[in-house]
Amino acid sequence: MGRIAFLNANAAVAEAALVAGLGFYAGYPITPSSEVPERLSKIMPEKGLPFMMMEDEIASINACVGATSSGVKAMTCTSGPGFSLKQEALGMACMLEVPLVVVNVMRGGPSTGLPTRPSQQDVMQARWGTHGDHPIIALSPCNAQEAIFETIRAFNLAEKFRQPVVLLTDGSLSHLHTKVYIPDPEEVEIVDRTQPDIDPDNYYPYDYNYEVPPLAKWWADDGKSYRYHLSSLIHDKTGFPTVNPKYTQWLLERMYKKISDNLDEILKYEYYKMDDAETCIVAYGSTAEAARVAIDQAREEGVKVGMFRPLTLWPSPEEQIKDIASKVKNVIVAEMNLGQYLLEVERVVGGKVPVYGVNQAAGVLIRPSQIYDKIKNPSKRAEIGLTDEELKRFGGGE
Amino acid sequence: MGFHYELRFAGVGGQGSLTAGTILAHAAVFHTNYYATQVPTYTSQVRGGAAKADIIISDTPIVFAESTNVDFFLATHQKAYNAYKGDLKSSADVLVDSGLVTVPAEDKNLYKIYEYPLVKVAKYEIGNVVTMNILAVGICVGLTHVLDVNAVRETVKEEVPQRFLDMNMKAFDMGLEIGEKFKKEG
Repeated sequence: MGRIAFLNANAAVAEAALVAGLGFYAGYPITPSSEVPERLSKIMPEKGLPFMMMEDEIASINACVGATSSGVKAMTCTSGPGFSLKQEALGMACMLEVPLVVVNVMRGGPSTGLPTRPSQQDVMQARWGTHGDHPIIALSPCNAQEAIFETIRAFNLAEKFRQPVVLLTDGSLSHLHTKVYIPDPEEVEIVDRTQPDIDPDNYYPYDYNYEVPPLAKWWADDGKSYRYHLSSLIHDKTGFPTVNPKYTQWLLERMYKKISDNLDEILKYEYYKMDDAETCIVAYGSTAEAARVAIDQAREEGVKVGMFRPLTLWPSPEEQIKDIASKVKNVIVAEMNLGQYLLEVERVVGGKVPVYGVNQAAGVLIRPSQIYDKIKNPSKRAEIGLTDEELKRFGGGE
Repeated sequence: MGFHYELRFAGVGGQGSLTAGTILAHAAVFHTNYYATQVPTYTSQVRGGAAKADIIISDTPIVFAESTNVDFFLATHQKAYNAYKGDLKSSADVLVDSGLVTVPAEDKNLYKIYEYPLVKVAKYEIGNVVTMNILAVGICVGLTHVLDVNAVRETVKEEVPQRFLDMNMKAFDMGLEIGEKFKKEG
């Protein structure tokens, strides 16, 4: 049996990582993510697991890439400014095809921005922050309980597809304490990376016969020792560099295909009151909870509105959004940024129905009332849901 | 809607507002079988910046956890009082430290104001200023009975550092008495 706890989403992510089999953590503290390493720094040493407080963000993710390459499950955690610093190594992890979980507790940006305030401004950075054609998986839970299950899922997807997975939460969710259930590992599906069934002599880390080639642990449980090369340069099956155009194209296409061929397994989404909906709110993370309240309120008045909530933001659920666009009269994308996922939804909807945005990058949660107003009047701008009196408490601006 | 109660504990960093909020939420979740959320707000300053915890206690799951209709407000600093009184219900119960917060006359008509020298009593009568937040929790529970007294007492026992246990229990019980007295006097 698992246990009930009263935790914020950061602590929940830490607990869930341990359930998923976390074997190595390296990080550098940054608000509003620091409760993740804080909790792990207490628990991991007690379990004999390495927890490393690194000298900076870049070293943290590089240590994690090294650790996961050797065969353990690794995670690092950060917020916007640190996520920027980690991009180079995140690209390396994509290229090496190593499992890795990177948690980004989104705070207001750009730059150091709003350290203690929530945002959803790193959605596009999660997709395209590191250079070059690369696949990515990004997940976005909406509450602490879901953060537990999505963290476990992040590890599972990372292991299964030899793929870095970004878990996006935000500065509000991360500090919201709620009652959660932490499952035992036996109660949930835990995926470990596939191990090769061939001899070390015939093993290739990028074997052409697989969509996801097995990544051998450096030590083998049965005494066999696999020694191989991983390179961040374009490589052939041996892991050594090549400039051969055929293998270059093949490698990049395979890295994309291992994601696009397995969307059934990777995509996760929720339809909320969508059966007869004429307006569809697309929202994710904390904002989805505000949308839910707004939808309930509008429904009481007979307005046919529902929500499509992607838990997997990247790859985006294209087919599902296309299908919605063929059934509703308009789509409203609500997010704590100036319109990032809106671009993706617009691209997929392709002009079939109008797409509107509730876009707020003010460092405060989008309130249910703002989404409710937008449902009533989609073409009107959704203003910050705060009175002059309420705004005074923040100070400044005079 | 069944039972739904919103509290806001506001002070400056270091006074223990967030811990006090966590204690009430723990009591609701582990000893009463309610749903509860606690959302802290603070600035980058570790000590001295305005800080608050919003606590919602409900018999149904809480979807959107920002307090917008506060039933009980505790303010232990003028800065915090001014900054966070915005979301109070009309006729909300408001407990302030009489030595640190001056309540404007117009607010006295809007809310039920209870003034008590929390810091002074914690420091000189109980013996350590750190017990101030538990004293306030005691007053809150005695006044509002938002949760069962024993549920909160058990939680205080579990949550405070063991070396300050006796002192904090004294603070809690003293607070209860004061809260009950406030309640009787209306």
